[in-house]
Amino acid sequence: MNTNLFIYTLHLADNALILAQRNAEWTGHGPVLEQDIAITNISLDLLGQARNLYQYAASLYNHFNKEEKTAVDQYIPHPWKEYNRELQEDDLAFLRTEHQFLNLLITELPKGDWAQSILRQFFFSAFQFYLYRQLQNNNDAQLAAIAEKSVKEVTYHLRWSSEWVIRLGDGTKESNHRINEALKDQWMFTGEMFQPVSYELIDVSLLKDDWMKKVEAVFSEATLEVPKQTWIQNGGKEGRHTEHLGYLLAEMQYLQRAYPNSVW
Amino acid sequence: MISEKEIWKILEEVKDPEVPVLSVIDLGIIRSVGVSNDKINIVVTPTYSGCPALDVINMDIRLKLIEKGYRDVSIQQQLSPAWTTDWMTEKGKQKLKAFGIAPPNPKQQFCKEEMFQQEVVQCPRCNSYHTELISQFGSTACKSIYSCLDCKETFDHFKCH
Repeated sequence: MNTNLFIYTLHLADNALILAQRNAEWTGHGPVLEQDIAITNISLDLLGQARNLYQYAASLYNHFNKEEKTAVDQYIPHPWKEYNRELQEDDLAFLRTEHQFLNLLITELPKGDWAQSILRQFFFSAFQFYLYRQLQNNNDAQLAAIAEKSVKEVTYHLRWSSEWVIRLGDGTKESNHRINEALKDQWMFTGEMFQPVSYELIDVSLLKDDWMKKVEAVFSEATLEVPKQTWIQNGGKEGRHTEHLGYLLAEMQYLQRAYPNSVW
Repeated sequence: MISEKEIWKILEEVKDPEVPVLSVIDLGIIRSVGVSNDKINIVVTPTYSGCPALDVINMDIRLKLIEKGYRDVSIQQQLSPAWTTDWMTEKGKQKLKAFGIAPPNPKQQFCKEEMFQQEVVQCPRCNSYHTELISQFGSTACKSIYSCLDCKETFDHFKCH
């Protein structure tokens, strides 16, 4: 159904946008200049992917009939309804509230220390890598094209974050301690990636084996152990978020809310 | 009316704002050029999804055509097939090297997710292959940073994609 395509595209876009915004918090704060540039480059790639996806979602919506528009109304930003113009990418990014965002919880967690940002990037990039690799064969041509384009960028993200997980895990006592702390905090947020929800166009549970193999391979080099714990946190994909998302949106959306329709 | 051949010639004058020695044709981002009913249609493919140069490039294409007297221009974005550095022209690669940026190697096996691969990159200044990777990410999305172990110069490498 077309409405599922719209909601799923929003979910993919939200994942990319929220993590892009989080990683951008490292601008000027990276541990060394080259890595400051690396993580913000990853942000930029994710932001570009989010733009392609939001543009597509907006054009899908603009071509919807009345019935379809009603069916997805809960995801449409309220302020836009007063604007009397077509829906645009920026409306979807800057005018929706927390409960309208469908990103995975792991993408909204605070940036934490370097180990936390690295580990989250690795978990997420590995997921995105296998997801996009499959989506590039999707029946929907535009979604497939965005995935085909994005997977090339994600390949670099995955390589970079894998290498850093090993460097920290198999590094000093301090770096090993920090990434183990990050692992304790984050593991329960990884399960949501593979837990299907109604609007998804592919069966994400089938991605878990590849993802786990990648995690095991990198962890064994990094002298880290895959946690046994199976309890998972979920809800982000259906709009139920941690308290962290509201603060992130408050900062990211400030300009469009204070000065509606302002342009760069 | 203008011919497609003439449009390609005009596009040669539109440069990448971040790497000004390269034209949009050298970069390999122009997928097609067409003329129908006095309207010019150009299809462009992005290098990287988030490349900020892209909006500027589209505007520069439009401005260059207006400068030559053609106002009715439509520019479309095409994502698939995804852009690859293999589409960069040989002339473009030579211009990059002369500009001090190591050109991309043929795509080969380096665009994979495997870790700790060392790509052999030639120093654009002294031509030594005795170089090392400093960072996979550089000043723009399309570049990584290398250092030459012979002439000690640090340089940008246009990474394979």
